[in-house]
Amino acid sequence: MADYRQMWTDLGMDLEHHDVLCEVLPEAFGGVYLTQQDRPKGMDFYDFVVSEIHGVRPAEMLQHQEEGGKVFGTFCVYVPDEVVFAAGGIAAGLCGGSQFWVSGGEKVLPANTCSLIKASIGARLDKTCPFFLIPDIYVGENTCDGKKKAWEILAGEVPLHIIDVPQMKRDRDVAAFEAEIRDFIKVVERVTDKKITVESLGEAIKLINNKRRALQRVYNARKASPVPISGKDALLVTQINFYDDPARAAQMANNLADELEQRINNAIGVFPDKTLRIMISGTPMAIPNWKLHHIVESLGAAVVVEESCTGTRYFENLVDESATTLDEQIRALAERYMKTNCACFTPNAARIDDIIRLTDEYQVDGIIDINLQFCNLYSTESYLIKQVMKEHNIPIMHIETDYSEQDFEQLRTRVEAFLEMLRK
Amino acid sequence: MIVIGIDIGSVAAKAYIISNGSHHRAMIPTGWSPREAGQALIDQLLDKSGLERERVERIYVTGYGRVAFEQADKTVTEIKCHARGIAELYPEVRTIIDIGGQDSKVIRIEELGQVVDFAMNDKCAAGTGRFLQVMATALGLDVSELGDAENPGQMQTISSMCTVFAESEIIGSLARGNSKGGIIAGLHQSVGKRVAAMARRMGIKEQVAFTGGVAINPGVKRALEEEIRTRIIVPEACQYTGALGAALLALENP
Ligand code: SF4
Ligand code: SF4
Repeated sequence: MADYRQMWTDLGMDLEHHDVLCEVLPEAFGGVYLTQQDRPKGMDFYDFVVSEIHGVRPAEMLQHQEEGGKVFGTFCVYVPDEVVFAAGGIAAGLCGGSQFWVSGGEKVLPANTCSLIKASIGARLDKTCPFFLIPDIYVGENTCDGKKKAWEILAGEVPLHIIDVPQMKRDRDVAAFEAEIRDFIKVVERVTDKKITVESLGEAIKLINNKRRALQRVYNARKASPVPISGKDALLVTQINFYDDPARAAQMANNLADELEQRINNAIGVFPDKTLRIMISGTPMAIPNWKLHHIVESLGAAVVVEESCTGTRYFENLVDESATTLDEQIRALAERYMKTNCACFTPNAARIDDIIRLTDEYQVDGIIDINLQFCNLYSTESYLIKQVMKEHNIPIMHIETDYSEQDFEQLRTRVEAFLEMLRK
Repeated sequence: MIVIGIDIGSVAAKAYIISNGSHHRAMIPTGWSPREAGQALIDQLLDKSGLERERVERIYVTGYGRVAFEQADKTVTEIKCHARGIAELYPEVRTIIDIGGQDSKVIRIEELGQVVDFAMNDKCAAGTGRFLQVMATALGLDVSELGDAENPGQMQTISSMCTVFAESEIIGSLARGNSKGGIIAGLHQSVGKRVAAMARRMGIKEQVAFTGGVAINPGVKRALEEEIRTRIIVPEACQYTGALGAALLALENP
């Protein structure tokens, strides 16, 4: 790894504490990722990004700031990145995915807060992640109560703009989200000191759509049997796409998709024929949370799709590119984002329809529905999902867990028993 | 054919040897090394049955320590093994409640021990043997004494589901002069409630069997029966059903 210590010092990071993370991460990644057989060559890029995880992309962001650009930190797939890129800014998804940061969050948050929020707040307060220190402004949202209140704690730390994401999907809610996007445009214009135009927004819409299309290609390849890429690798691709440069992200994902399509033509897979195909649905898995994928795949089943924000919810719908005025573009953005089905909406039957559709498209043998402990929204919704899947005779198991390793053995037993049940 | 089934739990390791219709069983504390516990069990069984190691065709292992035990021909989960073991002992059973040292499970089975659904406690000790262990220590008792020491007539309900809070709650309750028997009945009630809720969420189908180390405790059986309002069968060798299932699976599925 190149030497980034000066950069980290300049950012005001807690280097001593950060060194601990730098020590354990390569080992964890090696154990989980590099032990896999027959990985696509296209994964080399993502392996490289992980090997320089707190170096190479943060350096690019700092370079961008030096040239007068601004960086926006985001935490949810309802935040329209297009607006930020249209003003020449960089948007980066920040969610923390490691137990390493949880204790930092616990200093200020109630115990019954999900690990994702604890880790995100902890990463900022403990100053052990450059991504959390670089942004000029954070963009939060009020999707769940835990996040909503956590932003109030961070407000003293860093400038914040909150997007009011509606909780229902009536026409007037879509209109309300349109108004939110207008406000967001004003905020972004103020922070970047740049005007967003039909041209720049049109470009940005294409830019982000292209990234989505590339990810769709990677995921489409996972529909094949034998599956040409492991679930762990596909998850890593999505995770890195949250903060990588969108044009490069699209290019790399397209390169990978080329290779995967080639593999499909030659009937090459990373698991033997008749391997059980698993869908994981539920709460997002922020980098480096690979826990459940690792358990499932170490037990000889393949994760073929994630119905999650680090999965299909991230890229499934495209923004209509035919709009010719700012008003139409904003409308198209609102419509696209309001198609995403997160458990923070009610009613949310469309999410259950998505799960049924994905089961079919990806030839799924069984679903593991997972939520982070203390995520009230997803854990409550899991009851409804289970009911419907039972009606459809789709095997499903619900798991509640967090970032710690404590329940690793127990989870392994549960997943193994689920696979035994599917194998009959 | 001669086969062995081993169930290495977090507290106790159990094993069965089956040779042409006759069988022997053995149990020892798991201790700190699941591997050594498994080896010791094999030695004991061979000793009891007078058979030689070379004649054992297959060894299947299950339980918490299964991954650490390398001598096995195959590892199987406790869920499948309990299902198979119970189907052998009580073919009419459709729901198994298993409470062990680290976890509690509810398993729904159909004929021949086919698993159709199961639930397991999430990362939390409430409703497991561990919970009772901690509480017994707080009361100055051995966990094996709890069952006979309860007094449901003076039930002291424990409101906290969390092991940490429940511990301070019972210490407070003792300080207020409540009887140990009543407190213990309350502890059993709390485990019963917790596990019954898990069973109800999945759907209980009769008949119901109760297995695992905690099934020896008649107080927990009583509490469970009150909660789910059904009579519960506790096999005479309730701790061995997993090992029995493992041995039977070894016999049947090469
Ligand atoms: S799960 Fe919901 S709140 Fe969380 S990132 Fe996804 S859309 Fe946003
Ligand atoms: S996992 Fe649930 S509780 Fe956590 S941030 Fe997402 S929606 Fe909120």
